[in-house]
Amino acid sequence: MESIAGWVDANRTLIAHLVLIGAVFFLLQITAAVLVYMERKVAAVIQQRHGPWLVGPRGLLQPLADILKLIMKEELRPKGADVALFYLAPILSAAAAFAAFSVVPFGAETTLFGLLDEPLALGITDVNVALLVIFAVTSMGVYGIVLAGWASNSKYSLLGGLRSAAQMISYELSYGLGLAAVVIMAGSLSLREIVGQQSGYWFGFIPQWYVFIQPVGFLVYMIAGVAETNRAPFDFPEAEQELVAGYHTEYSSMSFALFFLAEYINMATVSAVAVSLFLGGWHGPFLPEWLGWIWFLVKVFALLFFYIWMRWTLPRYRYDQLMEFGWKYLLPIATVNLLVTAAITIYMGW
Amino acid sequence: MDLILFYVFGAVAVLASIFVVGQRNPMYSVLLLILSFGALSALYVLLDAPFVAVTQIIIYAGAIMVLFLFVVMLLNAQKEEKEATARQMFGGPGPRRFGAVLSVLLAAQLGWALTQIRPALMGDAAPGISSVREIGRRLFTDYAFAFEATSLLILVSMVGAVVLAGRRSES
Amino acid sequence: MLTLNHFLLLSGVLFAIGTAGVFLRRNLITVLLSVEVMLNAVNLSFVALGRYQGNVDGQIITFFVMTVAAAEAAVGLAILIALFRHRESLNPDAYTSLKW
Repeated sequence: MESIAGWVDANRTLIAHLVLIGAVFFLLQITAAVLVYMERKVAAVIQQRHGPWLVGPRGLLQPLADILKLIMKEELRPKGADVALFYLAPILSAAAAFAAFSVVPFGAETTLFGLLDEPLALGITDVNVALLVIFAVTSMGVYGIVLAGWASNSKYSLLGGLRSAAQMISYELSYGLGLAAVVIMAGSLSLREIVGQQSGYWFGFIPQWYVFIQPVGFLVYMIAGVAETNRAPFDFPEAEQELVAGYHTEYSSMSFALFFLAEYINMATVSAVAVSLFLGGWHGPFLPEWLGWIWFLVKVFALLFFYIWMRWTLPRYRYDQLMEFGWKYLLPIATVNLLVTAAITIYMGW
Repeated sequence: MDLILFYVFGAVAVLASIFVVGQRNPMYSVLLLILSFGALSALYVLLDAPFVAVTQIIIYAGAIMVLFLFVVMLLNAQKEEKEATARQMFGGPGPRRFGAVLSVLLAAQLGWALTQIRPALMGDAAPGISSVREIGRRLFTDYAFAFEATSLLILVSMVGAVVLAGRRSES
Repeated sequence: MLTLNHFLLLSGVLFAIGTAGVFLRRNLITVLLSVEVMLNAVNLSFVALGRYQGNVDGQIITFFVMTVAAAEAAVGLAILIALFRHRESLNPDAYTSLKW
């Protein structure tokens, strides 16, 4: 017992990091569960009905029931499906979704009330190319969808998969250009530094968030992010009324649960990055700095609510309208935004 | 520690490349090549080049390989490959043996030629070597001409690809 | 102790593997993939040598190599698709006539 306590004492920072990684992983899954409930309740309110009601008080245990159902279902596989790829695809999707959170900052540095020798920055890590890491990992998420569509050996899946992948690739361009505008203004690719530059207030009460200086960039980024995650008005490839269920038609039980999970975590990633880039990260009034992660959570869930609200309010785009919008409207707007930002930054000498 | 990481990722890269070249299903080849790119990306991080590492994933693994994947799916190359014999994969036994000998010879010659530098240590990195700012500055000042030339190259290849692969209106 | 030679040797081995693929494989897609392997081996060399010299030039050259690789992959695959439409075969030995 003595040596274990001694070892823990000597390696506090390492243990703190490991605990942080575990906590983030765990919290992401809790977020997915909360999103399941939130989506159904918000949809119900918009559609003027009750939504989940029976399972637990006011339906709060509904996500638990969903997860139990998914775990206990039979695992099916179509006859001609390529076994290795069929099971690799949902793993790729989920892994890419989780990996993007490795560079997102949640809060300021804290010493956990003096328990640690050196301050621990709340966030798994931070590299000087953090934003590009998120971009790279999101590009890898495309493979989960393409492989799922191909390996299912079914026409619906293949069509849905290819369309989904083409949509994601097209909107990645505008996504990147939206990010680039913020990078020009902040002068750094590191998310923690970008958040750090958004502290402080103008005139004492308007927070120095980038959304106020880059409204167009914020809109471009959010629209591209929604299209990237195959949600809301851009979910033609997996809409229930259209292609059965698109690339995950043939999946059941845990593989389907992984796709489901990946979609919600992707939503959370887009929201978290938007909060860090445009909405000031963990900065907020009234609370001390070390409680900043509460503000972070509030902002992320506000954006997620917005996501869900969009899905149940707006009609969906047809596939060719969707692609036309991405290439002919969003991309030029994002490019012009980037050019204007660059010009103003140089002219004003920021 | 660096040495262990180098051997691990180097082994992954070499094995993945061998399987890319040596196994019959083109779909698996593409995925194995992506694995190889991932290992190389890790090696770039070891070489204090995080920007190149991330760019490798974004461009190579995230874009070019998706293109390859689409083409493999479009041409449905799987069907033929399931029954491929060694002759169909590599040509007759004569060319196969000759080619194998030549490849080993090439590897040996390259190995000899590249290690003629006295065993060199990786120098300490100059400050700011891996900063994106420095890369951007050099790219747009010293190498500006090459940069503009590659943009022209991409334009030409885009037009070329569309023209070559598009459906002809006749026949 | 990690030296420059480690990286250069690895690059040489990868290059040889890629060359073997280009010469030996009878499937056009795999040939193009082997060309990508070769280009990556060269990239590794460049970055290692750049690091050895202590400046950022090696990394810059890799961008140009990657761009050229992307352009070449796009055009190569387009040619492949056009060829495939004529002969329905991915075996380079099927394209032996100069005129069809």
